[in-house]
Amino acid sequence: MIEMLWPALLAGTGIALLAGPLGSFMVWRRMAYFGDTMAHSGLLGVTLAVVLNLNLTVGIALVTTALALLLFGLQRQRRLPSDTLLGILSHGSLAIGMLVLAFSESVRIDLSGLLFGDLLAVNRGDVLWVAAILVVALPVMAVIWRPLLAITVHEDLARAEGIATERIRIVYLILIALVIAVAMKIVGILLITALMIIPAAAARWLSKTPEQMALGASVLGVICVWAGLGGSWLTNAPSGPAIVVTAVIAFAVLLAVSQVRQRLANR
Amino acid sequence: MPRTQPLIEARQLGVRLGGETIIRNVNLSVFDGQIVTLIGPNGAGKSTLIKTLLGVHRVSEGQLTLAPSLTIGYMPQRISIDDSLPLSVYRLMTLTHRAARTAVIDALRLTDVPHLIDRPVQQLSGGEFQRVMLARALLKQPDVLVLDEPVQGVDFNGEVDLYRLIQRIRDERGCAILMVSHDLHLVMAATDEVVCLNGHVCCTGAPETITRQPEFTQLFGHKHADALAFYSHHHDHNHSLAEQGGHVHD
Repeated sequence: MIEMLWPALLAGTGIALLAGPLGSFMVWRRMAYFGDTMAHSGLLGVTLAVVLNLNLTVGIALVTTALALLLFGLQRQRRLPSDTLLGILSHGSLAIGMLVLAFSESVRIDLSGLLFGDLLAVNRGDVLWVAAILVVALPVMAVIWRPLLAITVHEDLARAEGIATERIRIVYLILIALVIAVAMKIVGILLITALMIIPAAAARWLSKTPEQMALGASVLGVICVWAGLGGSWLTNAPSGPAIVVTAVIAFAVLLAVSQVRQRLANR
Repeated sequence: MPRTQPLIEARQLGVRLGGETIIRNVNLSVFDGQIVTLIGPNGAGKSTLIKTLLGVHRVSEGQLTLAPSLTIGYMPQRISIDDSLPLSVYRLMTLTHRAARTAVIDALRLTDVPHLIDRPVQQLSGGEFQRVMLARALLKQPDVLVLDEPVQGVDFNGEVDLYRLIQRIRDERGCAILMVSHDLHLVMAATDEVVCLNGHVCCTGAPETITRQPEFTQLFGHKHADALAFYSHHHDHNHSLAEQGGHVHD
């Protein structure tokens, strides 16, 4: 029976590894809501895949990437604050996706599996997708790491010092879009951002450098995925919430540990 | 570099951002070893002008000429770094420009803060942070230092010290300095040329003469002009500019 768990474990591990550095930037750049919006648009991607008879992952990747580019373009206008804009796109795309799915009678889709993740839905093909994304995304992340960090500290300063800020930001957004596409089956649309943000936030307590935080987030993420999937397997709980609850516990424990350490140091 | 060739020269420079004209018709030259200060009310386009010189914004009209292979050190307006980002002073200094620890310490020594090298940036005081950013701008051995409100977030005594430090850096390293300031009084002591900006350049000159120009009085009011005139008079008697190796251009 344990063989059935392997695809989810492998895919989950790959996703958590990527979510570490990507999620750390999401925390530093205050983009949690941004990530949520992209994830919510994933449902529209599912719809697109079903209607056009595409691979699910491809459909989601197309829509999340398109949304990332749209958001990038829209951020240049100043008439609406960007969180309002995100709200419109986030809930709009979620609602449209739901409606289309509800009206297409020929299609039977496990909605709760999409929203909260279903580890049994993960198959060998998904593992290959994650592996492919990992092979592309990790080197790209390594290349944009330093410039993206400079942009995060101060965009104009980075630009004045010769960094192609817009190109780097677009590459980062596309990486997030791709990770969301492959993560959806395991953690579900509503909880993907949690997998990116909570391990990063938890790793903050232990880190003195950006790299420590990103790496710590990856390691914590992998541990949470394994613990969460294991728990989900044993108790029949949906996999997404199981992983997220594990991550929240890790966050709380590390917070407590760091507080105690600080008290002791100040004594 | 000969005096006759400016390091930075803007002619009839105009910049539009998002369809709005921020500055237009700006003429500005920065020569080697010169301290030029940009003053002007809020929204006058001071930061926009500076960022255009640095290549952050595109030139919409006019001409911008930089001396060949010019290195510019830039210190932006006071920045705040999110608490969630664990970043030491060393990493901040080497974000875009890799440098050995010893080189970073040397740069920090120029602004009297070498001991801060391993401090998390969020733990720095306002004055310490500005000194770190100044050292950061110096790290590349720049020909021109561009400083946008270098004393923002610094207490009054710190301000005086920081302006002195900037002047000392010019004297010791001979680099040109272009800075933005709100602070009329302090800036006058440590500058060779004042450029007063309000969308366009409304007046320009040595600090001693600019306060007598009607455009200046119009922009800053008689009270300021008088105070500054008094100040520069007082300052002449001190001979502090001459003592510190400064010079005045007309």
